[in-house]
Amino acid sequence: MADRLLTLEIFRYNPLTPNIPPRMQAYQLRETPGMSLFIALNQLREEQDPSLMFDFVCRAAVCGSCAMLINGRPNLACKTLTQDLPDKITLMPLPVFRLVGDLSVDTGVWFRDLSLRTESWIHTDKTFEAQGLEERMDNPTALSIYEAERCIECGCCIAACATANMRADFMGAAFLNRIARFLIDPRDERPAAQVFEVVGTDEGVFGCIGLMACDDLCPMEIPLQGQLAFVRRKMALAGLWGK
Amino acid sequence: MKWSDAHITDVLVIGAGLAGERVAIEAAQEGHQVTILSLVPPRRSHSTAAQGGMQASLGNVAMGYGDNPDIHFEDTVKGSDWGCDQEVARMFVELAPVAVRQMSYWGVPWSRVAPGKRTLPDGVEVEELQEKAGLIAQRQFGGTAKWRTCFAADGTGHVLQYAMDSVVVKLGVAVHDRTEAISLIHDGERCCGAVAVSLRDGTLRPYLAKATVIATGGYGRIYGASTNAVINEGTGMAIALDTGAVPLGNMEAVQFHPTGIVPANILVTEGCRGDGGYLLDKNLHRFMPDYEPVKKEVASRDVVSRWMVHHMRRGFGVDSPYGPHLWLDIRHLGEEHICTNLREVHTICENFLGIDCVSALIPVRPTQHYSMGGVRTNKHGHAYHLAGLFAAGEAACWDLHGLNRLGGNSLAETIVAGMVVGERVTAFVREHPLHFSFSLVAEAVRVQQARLDDLRSRSRGSEDVYQLRKAMEETLLEKVGIFRTGEALGEALLTLTELYRRSQNLRLRSSGLGPNPELFAALRLPGMLRLALCIVHGALARTESRGSHYREDFPHRDDENWLKRTLAYWPEGAEAPRLEYEDVKITELPPGDRGYGGMPISGD
Repeated sequence: MADRLLTLEIFRYNPLTPNIPPRMQAYQLRETPGMSLFIALNQLREEQDPSLMFDFVCRAAVCGSCAMLINGRPNLACKTLTQDLPDKITLMPLPVFRLVGDLSVDTGVWFRDLSLRTESWIHTDKTFEAQGLEERMDNPTALSIYEAERCIECGCCIAACATANMRADFMGAAFLNRIARFLIDPRDERPAAQVFEVVGTDEGVFGCIGLMACDDLCPMEIPLQGQLAFVRRKMALAGLWGK
Repeated sequence: MKWSDAHITDVLVIGAGLAGERVAIEAAQEGHQVTILSLVPPRRSHSTAAQGGMQASLGNVAMGYGDNPDIHFEDTVKGSDWGCDQEVARMFVELAPVAVRQMSYWGVPWSRVAPGKRTLPDGVEVEELQEKAGLIAQRQFGGTAKWRTCFAADGTGHVLQYAMDSVVVKLGVAVHDRTEAISLIHDGERCCGAVAVSLRDGTLRPYLAKATVIATGGYGRIYGASTNAVINEGTGMAIALDTGAVPLGNMEAVQFHPTGIVPANILVTEGCRGDGGYLLDKNLHRFMPDYEPVKKEVASRDVVSRWMVHHMRRGFGVDSPYGPHLWLDIRHLGEEHICTNLREVHTICENFLGIDCVSALIPVRPTQHYSMGGVRTNKHGHAYHLAGLFAAGEAACWDLHGLNRLGGNSLAETIVAGMVVGERVTAFVREHPLHFSFSLVAEAVRVQQARLDDLRSRSRGSEDVYQLRKAMEETLLEKVGIFRTGEALGEALLTLTELYRRSQNLRLRSSGLGPNPELFAALRLPGMLRLALCIVHGALARTESRGSHYREDFPHRDDENWLKRTLAYWPEGAEAPRLEYEDVKITELPPGDRGYGGMPISGD
């Protein structure tokens, strides 16, 4: 497989030069062993086209910056190896999010807005005592919170979601998972009924139409289907009995 | 510039990693208006990549019973090879437990103590007591007398950053992401903000503030191989140095982490060794006990890295197309442990090596990882010689780490420094009204605008930014690494000086319009080269070996002459830093033996 000549067809558009319309531009590149899209795109930028816009930060699949459509499927570019792709590779920016330019999209603002809307922080009436011991928690609970907390806000589940592509106000799997994270955290004192106000809606858990592309495509392999089912069940109960 | 573009705030924080956000929270809680600038959304900061954990002497686990701040202090000072500021270290160890517990209060899912007996990989049986059940669990890290490193599986940085940012969101702190500060606005005595370029559209904007805080992390990416994120280009340190007034401290102190994977240079956590993993050579021999009979794989990072390179030089490295490496063996820790407490390591091995580390060895070698040096501040985080400028975290040198940092002390430092410096920043903005001269601001913006216009005009110059950058990266990698000599450093100095000259003569290949990556790279490169030159000049001048700075031609620590901190200033228009020195403050623990890392290592 190595030593192939790869063709990368890349979406190009710079919003600051609107007279040049959006287009696909093809680049050719010699494949090297173990080449990832991180290596390939940087090589293209440094050697062929220094104006090419894309985002990488950690290049280790932990920060969520580099999600894009790779041959039509959302994934993290840094951990995608060219050896797993055909000779021709098409790269497009994630849909749903505002385009910054070329392959770069604005996930940061989108996720912060949703954090605000869902009040994604611990709600408690307790105050922090600097001198006391920490509040105890059993380890399985800590691990189950961590399981949901592993989300890196890359946006793959949002880009892959039929509902999110149809309605701009849908929270998507990332935030339903975030809701689940706070529902299982004993430190968060919000009653389920209060969560229901925010999530028990069409923009929230009842907007999901169950296609589960989020679960298939999460690069962190977070069990989103289970998390969605958990939130839906909780919200259904809260809706029925107001608790 | 249009004055309507100016952004006015009480506190301007540059960098949205853990240190920057913690400072922001401190000031925002007191009712001050805070604006954070960040290259990326806060949750993409490099702090999130920290895996293993955060040191705090809670004494919650069997192997940590009896721990206290005094022991943490002693470990930190020894780790620093007596290069750290002991007043800062004392303050740090006292506050670290508070920081860990506050992060718990803000939502961090720390791994917890599960009571009962278990057998460690080396055969020792320990019992976690019922009375400690559910408290924050701790693991072993290098160079520590007790198990002290609090962790959340091995995604500790990630969960800390998410919890911290949730508080930032809750408090309504403004974050301008995709924004880079490219110069500080100052009159030589007082800093009143920064000129920033928007990475969304390439426009400039002045940010004016009563207090400005640099929390931009390290500069790892000036090295050709680094575990750092690609955004770690030392931009904050560079703009502080550019003032001519503020020195950088101990820039020659560069940390190499023992276990970067080969060839991707991605870190696998020190927790691998802390939890009982071994380092093996090409004969699958566990070699660290030969060199360090007591600490074995868990000596400090400088020491382990040095022995590894030494061992490879003796011919025991594993040959690969990417040069020699060694093996990290965690197979004996078992699948359950690896897939929970070292889960991220498992995923990284799968993604970037295509191996399952439950059954396969991990190829590793020492890789540039951390900058002990940074913007020199006093113990409160206030930069030298420029009122209103502060620094915190890896970008700063207040100087907790001296010539070598202990694993688990950087996450702890980001948060503790955020608390301490945040408090000082808050006091400063309470006492000092916003004060700036219109002409000073207009001139600062004009100078930067001229740089951008010059690059965009492509009317002069011939040098390619990426080629120069690559040459810089390779020079540092080859000549300013773990083992240093006067000869190699001298060569590096010549090469880097020449590259610095050439970097004044860049020419863009693309238009430079809009959010143009080549333009941004061109803006950063001269500053990165100035940092590189500070490292090399400092390393050449320090004729001793201390912590991470190891000179084969001066292999001993020299307390008589070098119990000193290097201060590098960059006079305007100069091609080299001016070096000054100050004494290291010893308040409690006089210089002595570290208990590991016997010197010299013969450089065969």
